[in-house]
Amino acid sequence: MTEILDLMAQVMSRYGLITAFAVVGITVWVSYQLSTRLTRGHLHGSAIAIMLGLLAAYVGGVVTGGNRGIADLEVFAGIGLMGGAMLRDFAIIATAFGVDTRELARAGAAGVISLFTGVFVSFAIGAAVAYAFGYTDPVSMTTIGGGAATYIVGPVTGAALGASSDVIAISIAAGLIKSMLVMAGTPFVAPLIGLNNPRSAMIYGGLMGTTSGVAGGLAATDERLVPYGAMTATFYTGLGALLGPSVIFLIIRAIMA
Amino acid sequence: MVIYGVALLAGCMLVGAFIGELIGKLIGIDANVGGVGISMLLLILIGAKVRASGRLRPISQTGITFWSAIYIPIVVAMAASQNVVAAVRGGTAAVLAGVLAVVVSCALVPVLSRIGGEPSPPLPDPDVEQGV
Repeated sequence: MTEILDLMAQVMSRYGLITAFAVVGITVWVSYQLSTRLTRGHLHGSAIAIMLGLLAAYVGGVVTGGNRGIADLEVFAGIGLMGGAMLRDFAIIATAFGVDTRELARAGAAGVISLFTGVFVSFAIGAAVAYAFGYTDPVSMTTIGGGAATYIVGPVTGAALGASSDVIAISIAAGLIKSMLVMAGTPFVAPLIGLNNPRSAMIYGGLMGTTSGVAGGLAATDERLVPYGAMTATFYTGLGALLGPSVIFLIIRAIMA
Repeated sequence: MVIYGVALLAGCMLVGAFIGELIGKLIGIDANVGGVGISMLLLILIGAKVRASGRLRPISQTGITFWSAIYIPIVVAMAASQNVVAAVRGGTAAVLAGVLAVVVSCALVPVLSRIGGEPSPPLPDPDVEQGV
C-alpha cells in the first residue's frame, strides 16, 4: 500500500504543473458547490476558492516551515509554478484583451491621483504604527511604512536605507497581511465603497497597490473589474520603491527632526 | 491558429517587461516599473487593431481568451503559495500597519471616485455564467 502511495506521490511531483491544474480545478469546483449550496451564491465561488487557497498556504507553511505555502510540499510544488509571478502576470495581461479604451481614458486622471494618494497614505500609516510601537528612527519608520504599501516596497526601502533585519521582517509581514486582507476582504467591502464599475476598480487598484491582493480580490468580486484594477496596481510597487527611500524618507526625517 | 493569439500575448508581455525594466534602470531602482500595465496597454491597442482589421481570427483570439479565463484558477494557486504563516506571525505592529493601510485606503475609494465627474454606473448584471 505504501508503495502505491509512493508511486502516486512520485507521479504527482514529476508532473507538477499538471497536478496543480487538477488540484486547483477540484478546489474551484468544490468552492462553487459550496457557494451555491451553502450561501446560495451570495459569496462568490472564486472568493471561497481564494480563501481555501490561503488556508492551504497556511497549513503548508506550518507543516514544512517554508515560505511558499502549500507549494513547499513536494507533491504540490507545481502550484507554486502555476501561481507564480510569470503565469500570473501572463493571465492578468490576457484579461486586458477587449477592455474598453474609453473607460480607461475616462478614469486615467483619477487612477494616477489614486496611485500617489495610495503610496503616501500607506507610508504615513505604516510610519505612524511603527512610531507607536517604539520604532522612532526615520529609517525604521520609513521601512515599516513601505511594508504598509506592499511587501516588496518594504524590503526594497529598508535595504536602500540600511534598516535592521527585524524591521525589514516586520515590513514584509505588514505587506503580506495587507495583500491577504485585500484578497479575501474585497468582495465584502465592494458594495460599501461602490466598487462595481471600471473607474472605481482603477481607483481601488491605485489605492491598494498590492498586485496579488487586488488581482485576487477583484477576481472574487467581479471578474470584469480585474483588468482595470490590475492596470493601476501594477504601477504602485514601482512608484513606492521610487518614492520610499527618497522623497518619503526625507519627509519623515524632516518631521522627526 | 491559436498560437497566433498566444504569441501576441507573449510578445506584449515581453515588450512591456522590457520597458518596465528600462524605466526602473533609468530612475535608478532595481524593480520593474509598470511592466504589466504597459503590456496590458499594448495588448488593448494592438488587440483592437488586429480584431477590427480581421487579421486575428476568432480561433486565434481564443489563444488570448483562454489565458484570460484561466486567470481565476491561477489566482487560487497564487493564494495557495503565499507566505501566510509569516503574515500571521508578524506581530501586532505588522498586523496593525497592514490592516489600517487597507481600511483607510478603502475609505478613500468613494472620495476619489468623485474626481472628474459623477460616479460611474455599475456594470450590468452578467446574464451568462462567468467562465472559470
